[in-house]
Amino acid sequence: MTCVLKRRVWPLVSAILLLSLLSACASQPATVYEGLGGEPGLAAVVDNLLERMAKDEQIVRHFQDTDIALFREGLTEHLCDVADGPCEYGGEDMKATHRGLNITQADFDRLVQLLIYAMQEEGIPIAVRNDLLKRLAPMYGDVVYQ
Amino acid sequence: MIKSSVDPFIRTVFLPLFLTMVCGFAHADSRIVATGGASNIEGSAGGGVVPWAVINGYGSSDEWAVTGMATGVFVDDFTLKVIGASVSYDNRVELSFARQRLKLDSLGGDLQQDIIGLKYKVAGELLYTTMPQISVGVQYKDVDDFSLPSAVGARDDSGVDYYVAATKVFFDALWGRNVLVNGTVRATKANQGGLLGFGSERNNRYRYMKEASVAVLLTDNLAVGMDYREKPDELDFAGEDDWQDFFIGWFVNKNLSVVLAYADLGSIAGFDDQKGWYLSIEGAL
Repeated sequence: MTCVLKRRVWPLVSAILLLSLLSACASQPATVYEGLGGEPGLAAVVDNLLERMAKDEQIVRHFQDTDIALFREGLTEHLCDVADGPCEYGGEDMKATHRGLNITQADFDRLVQLLIYAMQEEGIPIAVRNDLLKRLAPMYGDVVYQ
Repeated sequence: MIKSSVDPFIRTVFLPLFLTMVCGFAHADSRIVATGGASNIEGSAGGGVVPWAVINGYGSSDEWAVTGMATGVFVDDFTLKVIGASVSYDNRVELSFARQRLKLDSLGGDLQQDIIGLKYKVAGELLYTTMPQISVGVQYKDVDDFSLPSAVGARDDSGVDYYVAATKVFFDALWGRNVLVNGTVRATKANQGGLLGFGSERNNRYRYMKEASVAVLLTDNLAVGMDYREKPDELDFAGEDDWQDFFIGWFVNKNLSVVLAYADLGSIAGFDDQKGWYLSIEGAL
């Protein structure tokens, strides 16, 4: 039994080791911001996302009283900052901006989905998309149920 | 036997589906594709043979999801066919049913097992929190024909498995791809997952088994990975090995996924080196 167990665990262990090794060697574009296509690339993703949000019943209800131009500016600046672009987000922190908005997990999931669709349609490479999501995902705790 | 068991099964599997359609309740699919995993052979959301902490389907908070699945495992001397269904709510709780039919290609005959599963998410969010998503689950299993299990030394024809699973997706972890890692610990008396009964003549205590899965999402819709499932080896007249499989999962969209795997199930009921293909199709609403 023990012998069989060891023999069979090895492939799994070596697979995990291989994964972590390869991960360390994988090369990345200089910044996520560049991967997004710089200023015009990010603007295209943001506009695509805003169009999708406007058409999405579940999302749009949270934006009844929102100045979209101002929101677009803040979102662009924030994403640019998060993506290591040449911007510094000067707006309120995520917890403060979402207070009282009753953003649910479904809202957050839906927004992540719309962002992925927007980035896919704008031709953003999968590695850049995943890198951006990695940076945005931890904001979950500050955004939902505030 | 078969006649009497078909009706309750059709009721258990199709009633949830039927109710979903008739009542038209707010099913939705806010979660992103592939985050519901596949249906494992016991009907729980997971990999091929391992239940994960993920909740079946793509429902998020306050949303319902319903899945139906059909799976075939074709190894040298046995064929396992499974059909199942699940209902989940709030990305929190999952109720599942599975009917397994094991065809004894070399011995002749077949035997059947029904599994009712309940899973509850207790902590973490698969994609968003540093802590993995953690769920606890139970699987009630009942074998219809005890003659083979009894012949190989099993004690009972029904039993309950308890498990804790932790699953996490690491974004941009390998070549810019997302990687899913799952670890499960299962308390079980089941021999060959229950198909060869529960406990043995000598021993009726729970054993703690470790299970694990790793998957790399090569694209948004295509995952490759492996499952590993430690198993007890309690029967006097039939040795049992750990299970292992390598899989490719194609998440066509949020309504359809297909998993193809190559499985090494080791020795089953006296037949050694049982290897072969695993094919599973899941539909989700």
